[in-house]
Amino acid sequence: MVETIGIWIAAILTLGIFSFLYKDNPFYKFCESLFVGVSAGYWFATTFWQVMMPKLVDNLAAGRWIYIIGGIFGILMLLRLFPKIGWISRWSLALVVGTTAGLYFTRYLVSNGMVQTENTIMPIFVTGNLPQTIGNLVIVVGTFCGLVYFFFSKEHKGTFGGFAKVGIWFIMVSFGASFGYTVMSRMSLLLGRLDYLFGTWLGLIK
Amino acid sequence: MRPRISTQTSNKTYALILSILILSFLLIPIPVLAQQDTLPPSPPTEVKAEDTPNDAGGSITIIWKKSADDIGVVRDDNKVKGYEILRSTRTDGEYELLGKTTAGAESYFDSHARNNIDYFYKIRALGLVSLSESLPSQPVKAKAQWVDWSRKYTFLLALILALSIVYFINQSKTGKELFIRKIAGLEAVTDAVGRATEMGRKIFYIPGISDMDNMQTIAGVTILGQVAKITAEYEAKLEVPTSRSLVMVSCRETIKEAYSNAGRPDLFNENMVYYLTDDQFGYTAAVDGLFVREKPAAIFFQGQFYAESLILAETGNYVGAIQIAGTGQPAQLPFFVAACDYTLIGEELFAASAYLSRDPKLLGSLKGQDVGKFIFLFFILVGSILLAFGVYDLRVFLR
Repeated sequence: MVETIGIWIAAILTLGIFSFLYKDNPFYKFCESLFVGVSAGYWFATTFWQVMMPKLVDNLAAGRWIYIIGGIFGILMLLRLFPKIGWISRWSLALVVGTTAGLYFTRYLVSNGMVQTENTIMPIFVTGNLPQTIGNLVIVVGTFCGLVYFFFSKEHKGTFGGFAKVGIWFIMVSFGASFGYTVMSRMSLLLGRLDYLFGTWLGLIK
Repeated sequence: MRPRISTQTSNKTYALILSILILSFLLIPIPVLAQQDTLPPSPPTEVKAEDTPNDAGGSITIIWKKSADDIGVVRDDNKVKGYEILRSTRTDGEYELLGKTTAGAESYFDSHARNNIDYFYKIRALGLVSLSESLPSQPVKAKAQWVDWSRKYTFLLALILALSIVYFINQSKTGKELFIRKIAGLEAVTDAVGRATEMGRKIFYIPGISDMDNMQTIAGVTILGQVAKITAEYEAKLEVPTSRSLVMVSCRETIKEAYSNAGRPDLFNENMVYYLTDDQFGYTAAVDGLFVREKPAAIFFQGQFYAESLILAETGNYVGAIQIAGTGQPAQLPFFVAACDYTLIGEELFAASAYLSRDPKLLGSLKGQDVGKFIFLFFILVGSILLAFGVYDLRVFLR
């Protein structure tokens, strides 16, 4: 009985969200408000039990006092509630932004720069192996020209502009392939929802 | 006439033949199998242990020469079934079992060593029913190293980049004009804000669905500062729904500062930036509803986006807003390219704030990054040519 009620609620709410495809309407507004409210509450509870408790409270309870620093910075964020001293919350923000930038500097330099360049360096011709030669050339030329496109210190004119144009063509071709691939995966999501409506709810699909 | 053989005689003959056959099977193979299984395999030799280099301590690398009976692969006919690694703090002391590895292995990584304690290691070759042990290694201590020399080229490249950035920032501060090529999407920002002002409609700014520990979000919030400055100058209505509380706080700070810098702090209102929900599709549903009801004249999508990108951009397109998107997510860029008027592709998102603000620090950073790109371009081009001719492998500098 409870399960049946759950299926009906889920199906009706799905239809409510789908009704947006026709136009904005009170039914959609109700579903949207419910979705936003429930999910905000859910995330609050999730954050409390999966972040606050294990990462701060449990560590402090176990005597790992170093975590008090994170706790203090967290409390500083809440000082925004007091306008006179709200500016102190900027310290926490500065810590988050500064740490992120510092941590990602070497990480991206290695993963997005050095490793990708290392994997792009390959012989531009392989004696007696035409398919391999063509494959290597496509990778080397595509990466080289793509990188030229993202070079901001020089106007895209002349030979340099030609390289940049080839680069953006490579990028657009890859976007086309990616578009098709992702649309396919979205279709499977839609099919999953239709399967729920016509199978689990209405029982028309066995 | 065939001779008659009695049943009794016949049975005896069969019994004799059967006995001989059974004995043959039992007696002949037994010595061979017993010899293979009970004799221990040859022990591993030349066991060496050394402190693992370029680490923070706590680990020792053990290498050895495999047993002479080890054919090097895990197979039924390999007399060696694997190796056990034993450790002790005294050469003649009791050795504890540290771990096991497969046949053919010639090294092991002890990641549970304590720093500055002498350890001795033995390797035990395992047969089917027997085993043999190597001689103990020389004593070795785990130590922490100050410098990870295996990353020297990373350090060198990071240093070149950092110095380039500092150099260009100084150049920019001294008043030297630093050239940045045109970025089409950013040329349209002022037009989009102007259009919204003329139409008397809102401008929506969506900073993605990630938190402030994401570089794309940080870039998006930085661009928001520049957009907010223009909206303050034009007195346009700006609205920023966020999906993270920390992003909401950052956006408020950014807009407040931008409005102050534009000389219009009176136009700033905290309610311009608000939190909806952390949930990806809850946020998407709410923003879609806002788009349809408010019918904004311009929408900015700047930050990290996932599956919601097309849903949001399609709705924005449906309400007729001019849309400028920017993200570093390769999988979402095609959707923005298809549904938006302008799209900042990848690195352009990070260049946008420098381009819009002309701030010396941001411009210097962008120029410094171009130095890095030039180095990578050089490596790709020259490295591939040298490799094709078999002259030199430049990849050694990138490992």
